[in-house]
Amino acid sequence: MNSFILGLVLLLTGGLCAWGMRRFSLAAGWMGTAGAVLGSLMGLSASFRVLIKGSIARITIPWPLPYAAIDLAIDPLSAFFMIPLFILATAAALYGELYLRDGANKTRRGEAGFLINMLVLSMALVLAARNTILFLISWELMALSSFALVIFDDTDDSVRKAGWSYAIASQAGTAFLLVFFILLGRGSTSFSGFSAFPSTLWNPVFFVLALIGFGTKAGFVPLHIWLPRAHPAAPSHVSALMSGVMIKMGIYGILRTLLILGPLPAWCSWLMILLGLSSGILGILFALAQDDLKRMLAYSSVENVGIIALGIGLGMLGQSYGLLSVSLLGFGGAIFHVLNHALFKGLLFLAAGNVLHATHTRRLEKYGGLINPLPWTAASFLVGSAAICGLPPFNGFAGEFLIYFGAFRAIVDSTAAAPVALGLVVGLAFVGALALACFAKTFSVVFLGHPRSPLPAPPCEAGQWMMAPVLFLASACLFIGVAAPGIAPFLTRVAAPLAGIDSAVELPCTIRDSLSFIPALALLIALVLITTLARARILHRREIRSSETWGCGYTAPSPRMQYTASSFASPILRFFTAILRTRESVTPVQGPFPAPARLEVETSDVFENMLFESPAKSVAARMNVFRKKVQHGHMNLYVLYIAITLLALLLWKLS
Amino acid sequence: MNFEVHYLMGPFLGIVFAPLLPGIINKVKAFYAGRRGPPLLQLYFDLFKLLSKGAVYSSSTSWLFRAGPVITFSTILAALFIIPFGSSAPIAFTGDLLLVFYLLGMARFFTVIAAMDTGSSFEGMGASREVQFSAFAEPGLFITFAAMARLTGCLSLSDIFQSITPELWTAQAPALVLGAVVLSIILLAENARIPVDDPNTHLELTMIHEVMVLDHGGPDFALILYSSALKLWLFASWLAGIVIPRFDTTIPARYAAMFVGVILACIVTGTIESIMARLRLLRIPQLLIGAGTLGLVAFLLACQGGVSP
Repeated sequence: MNSFILGLVLLLTGGLCAWGMRRFSLAAGWMGTAGAVLGSLMGLSASFRVLIKGSIARITIPWPLPYAAIDLAIDPLSAFFMIPLFILATAAALYGELYLRDGANKTRRGEAGFLINMLVLSMALVLAARNTILFLISWELMALSSFALVIFDDTDDSVRKAGWSYAIASQAGTAFLLVFFILLGRGSTSFSGFSAFPSTLWNPVFFVLALIGFGTKAGFVPLHIWLPRAHPAAPSHVSALMSGVMIKMGIYGILRTLLILGPLPAWCSWLMILLGLSSGILGILFALAQDDLKRMLAYSSVENVGIIALGIGLGMLGQSYGLLSVSLLGFGGAIFHVLNHALFKGLLFLAAGNVLHATHTRRLEKYGGLINPLPWTAASFLVGSAAICGLPPFNGFAGEFLIYFGAFRAIVDSTAAAPVALGLVVGLAFVGALALACFAKTFSVVFLGHPRSPLPAPPCEAGQWMMAPVLFLASACLFIGVAAPGIAPFLTRVAAPLAGIDSAVELPCTIRDSLSFIPALALLIALVLITTLARARILHRREIRSSETWGCGYTAPSPRMQYTASSFASPILRFFTAILRTRESVTPVQGPFPAPARLEVETSDVFENMLFESPAKSVAARMNVFRKKVQHGHMNLYVLYIAITLLALLLWKLS
Repeated sequence: MNFEVHYLMGPFLGIVFAPLLPGIINKVKAFYAGRRGPPLLQLYFDLFKLLSKGAVYSSSTSWLFRAGPVITFSTILAALFIIPFGSSAPIAFTGDLLLVFYLLGMARFFTVIAAMDTGSSFEGMGASREVQFSAFAEPGLFITFAAMARLTGCLSLSDIFQSITPELWTAQAPALVLGAVVLSIILLAENARIPVDDPNTHLELTMIHEVMVLDHGGPDFALILYSSALKLWLFASWLAGIVIPRFDTTIPARYAAMFVGVILACIVTGTIESIMARLRLLRIPQLLIGAGTLGLVAFLLACQGGVSP
């Protein structure tokens, strides 16, 4: 626990020093980075210690604020969420310092360092807080510091708009959390005083409140609308931190709620699975439709949060039907995917940052052929894409495997749970196949073929120090993929209390036994190596020529003739027009001497319009009518209002 | 699970005899058309010829174009070690079929990447269709697996095949037949066969799989042809494992039965190719979703009475 507190102090000191020295951007940037890196390493050591020992570290300091106390504790669940937080914070802080150095904001590195440190600090506090007031203050600090980071490029109009929608969504979510905590606490503000209601009627209500409040942060469809706007607007290392770990704070909140509430009726697990399916399928479909690299990655985060929700839903399903191993596998898969998604989404956002750094555009249709100038970025992005599609031997596979396997266990073991589990499997399979389409498209359009538009300057690879965090994350993806059984004991330790298994008794090794695909992965890697060597041996001293790509005899192809991102995605998107409402405006080629033809394809988020914008507008219009009646500038009536209010309060107090 | 040396017989038979299967399909098609057709061993000749050639690469390609065929071949070969043939598979564990699905996905991913590496719009078109159709085929595969798991109460393909006995066939014939039908539709789709794709057409605009490998040549193309033959073997032995119940006979007899089953699957494929036309591209998702729905019916039938509670 001491090293955790020291880590928090280092983060705070680094941040404050960076703010204090913001005039001297070099020194300030390094102060902030050093604070973030050292603080994260200290925090990492504290959370590993908790995970390995399986004990709970706790510290309580009184606080003069009413109802509040600095009550911090790290249990295995908190520790497991802290690991991706601190790993990604280290990578993002190092990367960000160099990333901002060449940009338009190079003089504001001190401010960026301060905000990043505050964001990491607040997330660590959210994970460790065991007091409602402390939790909500940290939650707000997290929202505010990330808001300030989203609008970091505040000269851009679209960035400011994204910031507003983020601020509104996050405050609306917090409003639900306030109600949730007040009702749940029944006067108590200490988490250890929380317990499920004796009557089972109320517990689902708490669950739904938590689902809305925390789900807004996690970005479940349809609460996700802020996410695809805010994540691309922020600088890339901030997007990595937000997509990789900040949205997982919502997942953490839901898991913490489940720990407090205990077993819930079966329909809650159906609701969770339904949310997971809608987030997964719609998230990846919208991702497929995007023309903006970072926006695509943001929608893919919605999809991955959906996969995590499916895992949680499966865990709850197992719990409500008394299938312990299913429950363990579901929760285990969900938290494993939390860790995995943090690593590969962080990797993808940082690699996207390199691409942005080299090309200064986010539009997919302008990229092409970047594998030649940016070989390392391309290789890292490929690893990230393979991992996010769940391809073996990377980490994404191991996490998704646990969820699938748990669902199949449910199908085989229980007739009642089988239909829901089958729905989960089918949805997950569909999401996986669409993710493969989406990332195959993105990788090929960005890195392969020829450049689709001339760039202002020839792109070149970012410096080796900027590459280091990216390559580190890529190797972590591979390492966790092949070393998954080694992680299983930690997963069991975190998932067992969630599944309702008392950790005092012998823990079942379901998770480790399920991850028995390692020999097959070893065979796969060996086969790839053998085939590569054999191919090299066969081609040794043979004639190898270079020629044009086959174009049916056409010998003067231009880069503009390549397949584009939107044409690649078009067949799938057309199939889902009813949901996606993709708008196409076409000026076709006409007549013997045609004018230039045009085709514009745009997919905007239907939920934004249907669920939020139109209702909000109509409510605002009604409120405006009401406001005109109440507030009309007559001072005597205003005084009357005050008198009536005072009278009402007096009557209430007296009665 | 104990390992026995004869388990390796399955992958070995696949590696040796897989290139025979396209030859059988072509012979069947030639028979229906009243032609003599190419020799049965044509693919062996082609592979030998391609392996002795040099290579020509498009100037716009990168190392991924060269890595694509290698990875595709390795993943499908690895998958072959998981599919049981006659007895248990060399690598068998609970949930092994999930790894097979993801290995096939990996093969697809790298085929698509290698195709896009050429910057050719034909290959882009093929790649786009490939990912679209496989997205619709994937749920069907998972549903069939779920139905089989539910019927037999096992989660490893080796155990599932072990449990498909004549008794199970007499008790659960409708579910097993439906499962086999779904699997054969997906076999046709995944192996670029009519009615989904036409392996013989030379009009790039109508092709899916063939168009993605237009720019490969020499040993790389040999790897691609070989891996598609292996993939056909993989699906055919999977189908045969469901259709042919596990009689209580000697091990060589089981291998022989599976071998006959694989050949029969190819003859059926050749027959379907001869008597059907290719479907319009817009109709293919409907076919695949229809297959998934049939799989769902199989699953419901399996829920009614299976080994599981």
